[in-house]
Amino acid sequence: MNDFAVALPGIARVVPASEAGPASKRIVVAYGFWVFLLSDIVMFSAFFATYAALARETAGGPSGVQLFNQTNVAIQTACLLASSYTCGLMSLSIAARRLAGTYFWALVTFALGAAFLSLELREFAIMLAQGATPQRSAFLSSFFALVGCHGLHVAAGLVWLTVMMLQVTLRNFHATVARRLLCFSLFWHALDIIWVWLFTVVYLMGVLP
Amino acid sequence: MNNPLGKLTWDAIPFHEPIIMGTAAVVAIGIGGVLGWILLKGYVPYLWREWITSVDHKRIGVMYMVLALLMLLRGFADAIMMRGQQAVAAGDAQGYLPPHHYDQIFSAHGTIMIFFVAMPLVIGLMNFAVPLQLGIRDVAFPTLNSVSLWLTASGILLTNLSLVVGEFAKTGWMAYPPLSELEFSPGVGVDYYLWALQIAGVGTLMTGINFVTTILKMRAPGMGYMRVPVFCWTALASNLLIVAAFPVLTATLAMLLLDRYLGFHFFTVDAGGNPMMYVNLFWIWGHPEVYILVLPAFGIYSEVMATFCGKPLFGYRSMVGASMAICIFAYLVWLHHFFTMGASADVNAFFGMMSMIIGVPTGVKIFNWLFTMYGGRVRFTVPVLWTIGFMVTFVFGGLTGVLLAVPPVDFQTHNSLFLVAHFHHVIVPGVVFGAFAGYQYWFPKAFGFRLDERWGKRAFWCWIIGFHLAFMPLYVVGLGGMTRRLQHYDVMAWQPWLLAAAAGAVIVLVGILCQAIQLAVSIRDRALLRDITGDPWNGRTLEWSTASPPPAWNYATLPNVTGIDAFWTRKQSATGRFALAAAPSEYQPIEIPKSSPIGIVNAFFAVVLGFALIWHIWWMAGLGLLGIFAALLAFAFRREEEIKVPAYDVARFEQLRQAEVVP
Repeated sequence: MNDFAVALPGIARVVPASEAGPASKRIVVAYGFWVFLLSDIVMFSAFFATYAALARETAGGPSGVQLFNQTNVAIQTACLLASSYTCGLMSLSIAARRLAGTYFWALVTFALGAAFLSLELREFAIMLAQGATPQRSAFLSSFFALVGCHGLHVAAGLVWLTVMMLQVTLRNFHATVARRLLCFSLFWHALDIIWVWLFTVVYLMGVLP
Repeated sequence: MNNPLGKLTWDAIPFHEPIIMGTAAVVAIGIGGVLGWILLKGYVPYLWREWITSVDHKRIGVMYMVLALLMLLRGFADAIMMRGQQAVAAGDAQGYLPPHHYDQIFSAHGTIMIFFVAMPLVIGLMNFAVPLQLGIRDVAFPTLNSVSLWLTASGILLTNLSLVVGEFAKTGWMAYPPLSELEFSPGVGVDYYLWALQIAGVGTLMTGINFVTTILKMRAPGMGYMRVPVFCWTALASNLLIVAAFPVLTATLAMLLLDRYLGFHFFTVDAGGNPMMYVNLFWIWGHPEVYILVLPAFGIYSEVMATFCGKPLFGYRSMVGASMAICIFAYLVWLHHFFTMGASADVNAFFGMMSMIIGVPTGVKIFNWLFTMYGGRVRFTVPVLWTIGFMVTFVFGGLTGVLLAVPPVDFQTHNSLFLVAHFHHVIVPGVVFGAFAGYQYWFPKAFGFRLDERWGKRAFWCWIIGFHLAFMPLYVVGLGGMTRRLQHYDVMAWQPWLLAAAAGAVIVLVGILCQAIQLAVSIRDRALLRDITGDPWNGRTLEWSTASPPPAWNYATLPNVTGIDAFWTRKQSATGRFALAAAPSEYQPIEIPKSSPIGIVNAFFAVVLGFALIWHIWWMAGLGLLGIFAALLAFAFRREEEIKVPAYDVARFEQLRQAEVVP
């Protein structure tokens, strides 16, 4: 009887969110993935710091001004930012449980990501051909490590997206699959944020006189 | 001539070193004996089902502790060999360890003690206790937890493999370049160090993510932030530090790997590389790491003090505040590890002052523990002895730290045995004593019987006496100018002090033997030491409200928390201890996470990958990578993530327990 009395309106107090008990699985998974993304950003910050410290250590080799192709980087940036947008459209399709839309926007996202990656690889290939290898100077070491690390993340994202589409085909929008797709979109947007910093620190500040 | 096994040949095995070969033989016999016994007794299916593939946080915690205690033996063996060498290698005598072997020993000692003893000790205890204290059924990501455990085990395996196949780093446990660069360390030692730490580091990072999420998102109903047990608060602070610090270590070691494997120039002395970059990055991880280790130990001391003094912890809020303050300050002191780098006086002054300021929150904690004791009915059990031993020892260790925080003093004592004495003086009481207190404190919860008190007290006295005898002399010789890591020295005046230090190490060894005996005696007398109530110490926090050992689901119904010291409050109320457990007549079926072999399979391939990369066996590295990918892919497609425990089983367990406890 006592239990009932406590539940009467007016007597029951409002429970703050911190006292509400364990969160739902969807919240827990997304939150945990956020924490992972923060840790990933910390890892990038170490590469950024190293790049900032070594950016002028060209050891007589080529510098950013001589190497960076602004047009190429602009197209790369456009591809990646657009892919973030299409990834958002994919999330909307998933929320509406629309299979066709999900596949279509996933394909567009994949294509834009792959275009970004191939442009980056082309840039790397041109630099290597000019003798601007990571072994040439500390500046180039830190450049290839920082940009390459982002590129590796994008490549991993493409593999992940492929696997996720396979899962959608096999299991539709099962709760587990939906949670993973949510994490994927968080991941993809985070890569965009890192690219914006990278673009600014490496490619814009790198060509300052 | 292309060797399909890369750099690996028969020369890698040091047949001509009797010490190494003898050790290897003993270890092989030991492992063979244990494996043979397991096989003969037919325990393999049981171990596989209940432990190796288990994703239960309690089992994972116990396995971390087993790993840590085994590695403590290895790390301590290294320590006693160093003490033995320095005790005899004075003047004309060269001792029994050649320099190249001695250098590997001190590097392995540091690496193993930090990464594979201290880390698994605190992570093991957090795994075991945090979900229980939060009143929940498991961590946020149970399978990931198993992956973390086995990746740590992979790192341990690789490090120990270096004893017989190849060599370990000869660079010291920080592996500073340029010494650790390929040019000056062409062997595989540094590669063993780097890959072992990279693999184990991934596991540690996953643990950090897991526990931050667990503590912030998965507490029992009613457990607001100011009702979270202090151990969980310190665990939160520690895991936040893991999330923010370990990625820096990963990046730093990755850069050194790029230098060594692909000829990059991050830390080389030529082509614009900068070795001090490594030192800075390393300690941006390294100083928070100190607090990653010490904060959970502070949490254990807090729990122990409140429980055995029969009083609520003094200054709960200041304890929480101090932990979180340390969490932030931990990032502002890294440069005090290398004042001699040549930064400007202003920079050194800033870091010197910050290093002194960070002592303040720790001081707050010491006073809180003392005031918790004040006016309490202190029961001098083994965990309390470790705590008091810690307080006395740690305050002095901390004071020598304040000395070292003064840059001009540091210039004199830098890289000396004074420094070595200092950091052992804080880490041993600050981490190891805390872990031992936690081990004794939570052991009955894990296994249903207490550890023997007499042997525990003997172990404590041996440790504390041995510790002081081993390290106080090092302050003296350190001030006298003895640098660290000396395989041999000419100043005969140091020898008596180093003989005393060696004697201290032997007394610590006796303490470790006492602990081994304690475990054996306790298992023998387990019927006498049995704890049926689940609450052997008259505890205050939720873990003591459930059975010992707890069922896989921890709590039949999630506890409802109304204040700090949730279980104590319930015990004080008129309804009594079991009112809540008995109340719901209809139990609900409980979903618990399903066991999975992904952890150990993934770790297996990680070892293959690491070993292949160390020895430049590229095809095998490809196989390892492919194996990891295939295993993760297979895991991603599994159908069942949980198994349901029927309400009937839950109810039956509760009934049996109550019949046992309430006469």
